[in-house]
Amino acid sequence: MTGNDTRLNDIWIKASPWVFTIALFALWEAVVLIFKIPPFFLPPPTAIAQAFVDYSGPILRNSWITFYATMIGFAMAVGFGLLLGLVVGWSRAIYAGLYPLMIGFNAIPKVAVVPILVLWFGIGFIPAVLTAFLISFFPIVVNVATGLATIEPEMEDVLKALGASKLDIMRKVGIPRTLPYFFGSLKIAITLAFVGTVISESVASNYGIGNLMLQAQAQFQVPLIFAGLIVLAIEGILMYLAMALLERRMTRWAQRSGFGQN
Amino acid sequence: MTGFVSLDGVSHAYGGGTGTLAVEGLTMSVEPGEFAAVVGPSGCGKSTLMKLATGLQFPFKGTVTVAGAKVAAPVKIAGMAFQAPTLLPWRTTLENLLLPLEIVQPHRRELPRKRAEYEARAKNLLTSVGLRDQGDKYPWELSGGMQQRTSLCRALIHEPQLLMLDEPFGALDAFTREELWCVIRDLHAMRKITVVLVTHDLREAVFLADRVFVMSARPGRIIVERRIELPRPRDLDVTFTPEFQDIVHELRGHIVKARQ
Repeated sequence: MTGNDTRLNDIWIKASPWVFTIALFALWEAVVLIFKIPPFFLPPPTAIAQAFVDYSGPILRNSWITFYATMIGFAMAVGFGLLLGLVVGWSRAIYAGLYPLMIGFNAIPKVAVVPILVLWFGIGFIPAVLTAFLISFFPIVVNVATGLATIEPEMEDVLKALGASKLDIMRKVGIPRTLPYFFGSLKIAITLAFVGTVISESVASNYGIGNLMLQAQAQFQVPLIFAGLIVLAIEGILMYLAMALLERRMTRWAQRSGFGQN
Repeated sequence: MTGFVSLDGVSHAYGGGTGTLAVEGLTMSVEPGEFAAVVGPSGCGKSTLMKLATGLQFPFKGTVTVAGAKVAAPVKIAGMAFQAPTLLPWRTTLENLLLPLEIVQPHRRELPRKRAEYEARAKNLLTSVGLRDQGDKYPWELSGGMQQRTSLCRALIHEPQLLMLDEPFGALDAFTREELWCVIRDLHAMRKITVVLVTHDLREAVFLADRVFVMSARPGRIIVERRIELPRPRDLDVTFTPEFQDIVHELRGHIVKARQ
């Protein structure tokens, strides 16, 4: 390839996410027009855009509430997940004991937990935060514990033969090598946290995008339902990007050394 | 038993006394300052021997003595290097070298105050293995041979009395391996430390060691002990002499028998 071709290729790669997104919406609009799909069944993107304009106030307010609840739940998941991951990765016995429990807990659909949360805290903000927390801490725990549990035995031997304590090994090797796993798990956790918030909002809340969509459905305002979905997608993408950026920043060594890719 | 490292009638099994035996009735003794090599068929418990001698594992029968004391905990005076260089990818070469000093006393206490002094020591050590000015590079920027040199330096930085090497050159190409033989030969001559080298490479064992111990198939014990009288300092050319070849052949015969 000549230099010019490479540059063109780079531009194409940079632009392609936008091109594909716009193409998707254009195709959607075209399909609705060509097949004359009624807007209450599948509204065209233009109708959804109109809904954004018409309901900008409620959409903004509710998306902020959803975002806020998600971030609090996510922050709790990060704190708790990191702590539990360190504990679980610390000892084989705790790992063996807690692992089946965590698998079992993770297998429970979180929507089934919402009624209990409502029973304890009433409907509204708190169940949304807690559902976001409950659904998103698991990948963090598993990743942190995996990072600790996969320390090379030889590395441990080198340090033990120097008289290193378990705490020394954790501080010098365990925790630094776990960071790529931890930051990697945040990308998964943040998207799950949105899922949790919306589940709870659509079952038991008077606020949030989840609730807005439920109300829109009841009033047959189908474009507004889709507007809600798009808001969720945008919030999810933005937070995912933020986490990916954080990961790149914090663990540059791991990407350059190809750590964890073999 | 007067050796610096002594194993006396040692039996060890993973998973307690009921598991399959890794070594059984193993007796050997390494003199202070001696270079000992342990060879044997694969799976004969050579690595177990390393773990026993450094206090990472304890035998259910027999005693292990290092520097006059019975081993009941990790020995703390040993440096170790393995086939994999096990360098930390988030640390530069120099920072990897300083790792043992962050663990072992009295260095651990003194490192924050005397950092410059310790860094100078680490740089000297790097220079002595041909890694001058490579201290700021990260492990993945080094070749396999350079990583293994760094790993050797890390095993030596805290000036241990005992150096334990578990097939440290096994993953290297033939030329790099021979280069590193000379590196380790010179380090041993310079520092007069006791070295125990576990290897499956007979030429390596004969070239480097004062004595070669041959282990039997699992459960491992010492079946032959061969003193290598080749004069020091040894040059790589010695490996092409008839005497050298004869010793290698002789040892090879023992291993072949041990495998049957």
